[in-house]
Amino acid sequence: MENEFDTFAVFAIVLVCVATLAVGAFGLRLSRTTSDFYVASRQVGPARNATAISGEYLSAASFLGVAGLIYERGFDSLWFPVGYTSGYVVLLVLVAAPLRRSGAYTIPDFAEMRMESTGIRRISAVLVVVIGWLYLLPQFQGAALSLQSVTGWPTWVGSAIVVFTVVLGVAAGGMRSITLVQAMQYWLKLSAIAIPAFVLFYLWTSQGSPGPREVVGGGDALREWYEPLTESAQEPYPLYSTYSTLLALCLGTMGLPHVLVRFYTNPDGRAARGTTSVVIGLIGLFYLFPPIYGVLGRVYLPVLGEHIPVDQVVLQLPKAALPGLTGDILAAVLAGGAFAAFLSTASGLVISIAGVIAQDVLRPTLARFTAGDSGIIQGFRLATIIAVVVPFLAAMVTAPLGLARTVNLAFALAASTFAPLLLLGVWWRRLTVTGAFAGLFVGGGLAIAATLFTVAVRPEPGWVATTLSQPAAWCIPAAFLATIVVSLLTPRRIPPRTARTLARLHTPEGVELGSLRQP
Amino acid sequence: MLTGGMHLPTGIVVLVACLLTALVLRWRRRSQERQHSFISEVDRATYETLHTVSLAAQPLREGLTEDGAARAAKHLLDMLHASAVAIQGVGSTLTWVGEGQHHAAQVGAHTVPVLEGGRTIVISSGEISCTDPDCPIRSAVVSPLVVDDHVVGALATYSPSSSPGLARATEEIAGWASSQLQLAELGKERTRAMEAELRALRAQISPHFIYNSLAAIASFVRTDPERARELLLEFADFTRYALRKGGAFTTLSEELRNVERYLVLEQARFGDRLSVSLLIAPEVLPVQVPYLAVQPLVENAVRHGLAGKTTAGTLILEARDVGAEAEIVIEDDGIGADPERVRAALDSVTESDSVGLGNVDARLRQVFGEDYGLVVETAPGAGTRVSFRIPKYAPGIHEGR
Repeated sequence: MENEFDTFAVFAIVLVCVATLAVGAFGLRLSRTTSDFYVASRQVGPARNATAISGEYLSAASFLGVAGLIYERGFDSLWFPVGYTSGYVVLLVLVAAPLRRSGAYTIPDFAEMRMESTGIRRISAVLVVVIGWLYLLPQFQGAALSLQSVTGWPTWVGSAIVVFTVVLGVAAGGMRSITLVQAMQYWLKLSAIAIPAFVLFYLWTSQGSPGPREVVGGGDALREWYEPLTESAQEPYPLYSTYSTLLALCLGTMGLPHVLVRFYTNPDGRAARGTTSVVIGLIGLFYLFPPIYGVLGRVYLPVLGEHIPVDQVVLQLPKAALPGLTGDILAAVLAGGAFAAFLSTASGLVISIAGVIAQDVLRPTLARFTAGDSGIIQGFRLATIIAVVVPFLAAMVTAPLGLARTVNLAFALAASTFAPLLLLGVWWRRLTVTGAFAGLFVGGGLAIAATLFTVAVRPEPGWVATTLSQPAAWCIPAAFLATIVVSLLTPRRIPPRTARTLARLHTPEGVELGSLRQP
Repeated sequence: MLTGGMHLPTGIVVLVACLLTALVLRWRRRSQERQHSFISEVDRATYETLHTVSLAAQPLREGLTEDGAARAAKHLLDMLHASAVAIQGVGSTLTWVGEGQHHAAQVGAHTVPVLEGGRTIVISSGEISCTDPDCPIRSAVVSPLVVDDHVVGALATYSPSSSPGLARATEEIAGWASSQLQLAELGKERTRAMEAELRALRAQISPHFIYNSLAAIASFVRTDPERARELLLEFADFTRYALRKGGAFTTLSEELRNVERYLVLEQARFGDRLSVSLLIAPEVLPVQVPYLAVQPLVENAVRHGLAGKTTAGTLILEARDVGAEAEIVIEDDGIGADPERVRAALDSVTESDSVGLGNVDARLRQVFGEDYGLVVETAPGAGTRVSFRIPKYAPGIHEGR
């Protein structure tokens, strides 16, 4: 019954891809060509910028993964949307404004500016690339599975379509993370998930709000599903997993490569705070809907079918609940929304990764080979190819682990490396270069080892599997501890201009910095 | 379908094997390099000396500072086969490296004749007294360090007995060190020149513009006093921005505001003959640009491109988001120029005809590096397109918000 060619869904997917490319190519020219300086020099307001950040942030893991997890694991997984949102609360309170005032465009920029060390910059650049790849992997896998479920085509086709669209958009110069395009993606995704949700919710209430159905021969499955923190064969340590997830999501958001880049568009630190506040509202609004799919999935789709991953529950649900044309159309809307999620997050990530590869790896190398004759644009295009090929191949070779869970690993890695660097960098004047090195090595080393083990070896469920697939709870404290202890041991390696840098990060706008003005 | 087609343990073993092979090969190459099997003894000594020379050059390039002198003296001692090396500046002893640290206080007295006379002297055995019978500091060779015909310091080498070889070596090394100090002085002068140039450009509103603006304003005083007043206020704001003191950087949006003032004043003169089209990506408005980087280019386009035209002209100002950089383009459909003339203007900063072009180019290169100069595309009758790139983040330029 599954995997027949779904014309509506394919049409929606094609429409989303073409629209994304078209808006990217022509949107700026149409909207901003003017002879009026007042219009031309209008800054991006917090609301528009926040919508763009949300549009780029809401990935396949949010669109499909969260519902899938709630469908599979029950109400424990409600912490995922909470964590995804609360990461921005931490960002807002602790780092948003200082980061903007630092003037850094990427995390390696911030590292170089704060630590005054090119070594730290290089390690940060490598970590940005690794985190980006880890985050791209589930986007490609999700696209592959989604396309497979609506067309029956082999998995590599879906990945290839996303890769092709993103590379075309990014490398051709159109889809450079333009604020307008990403803002449009947010409303597209919100509508795509909200409208079917309202229809399905109405259907469900009009049928007298039936409860989740017991699966024949499922044993305690239903009780495990609705009771919080119950142990199961899949999840033997629910309390640990929950806390570890929350910690990773809260501290990981600030370290994601495509998030900081967007903050640069804010005119100043105050606008950065305003933007973050709006982001919390917009993302919170979006996350009201995925749980509906998870729960209604339990009602209408007690058994999902042999080879269908739980991430597909969002796409399968409308057809199961509303057989016929309406269900097909709703499924098509959702498929289009899911593709919008793949495209926007993937393009944001690819731009960030390609920027870092071009700037920190390719440019010095190319300059040496071609005596400084290589074009910046060619370098960026080459970097774009490198940025997508590695996760594309990884998506082919490794079996999917579940969208939300792979994304979690990326969050855990970001939280165990950049969270100590950013938080201590912004708030602790005794941070030393050696301490920062130690934190990045310890946090990054542990988290990458755990990730590789989880993705490649995939151990049987047990305490080893749990601690390795949820590394945040021990990696993050280890990284903080390493940074602090080593910093205290090497007081002579405090960057010489620390006091001046911190004064700049924390001085509110409008305060004249007097002697600090002149370098 | 590759999924499931790869056996993971095999993959890992192959990967580890590759890594090990690479490591072994690298280690073997390293150890071979260390044996110097095909380099003769004399050659080796030469290379080592040359290497030491290059090591000592770096700290000397900073000029005669205490820290730099100490680091350089260490390497000089390696080359000289003396017991100790001291470097004396004007007024104070900068460093003493080697044995007999207790003699450091006497360096000042030993070097007085050299600092005054500018010639190498030899203080022979016995003239330096010491209570310690084993102390190797018995004689000295002192040579002057000369920059621009001024004696700026002295290099003193100490040994148990003075030899003609050591005297010669000290003299040569002092001469070489002097040339390094001269280079340091040149570097400082270049920085000073760049700073002076920056200051010069800052105050450089072109006199043509002041004259033309005031004439245009004057023409409105009777016919349209309200407009004249507005223009006068724009003119006041423009001059305040152009003559302001403070950081060398401003945001692109500030710079654009100033371009707007400039164009309002020019449009008062040209009227409908000058139309402006703007395409500014809002993402790059907060980018830090060198202050007065865009306005001189716009002025250049208006003065050299459009003013010579009889029909209406269009000026296109574009700012694009290019990943980690912003690209700014100023384009006009005016009379264009001979590329050779533009090249000459870019090469010689002081040329009066296109002051803006050469000066902006020099400042961009100075601030962001040689990769970031102006790109000018033009031909007679074909209009002109000037573009440049600005990194969104460059270390050290974010000081003045």
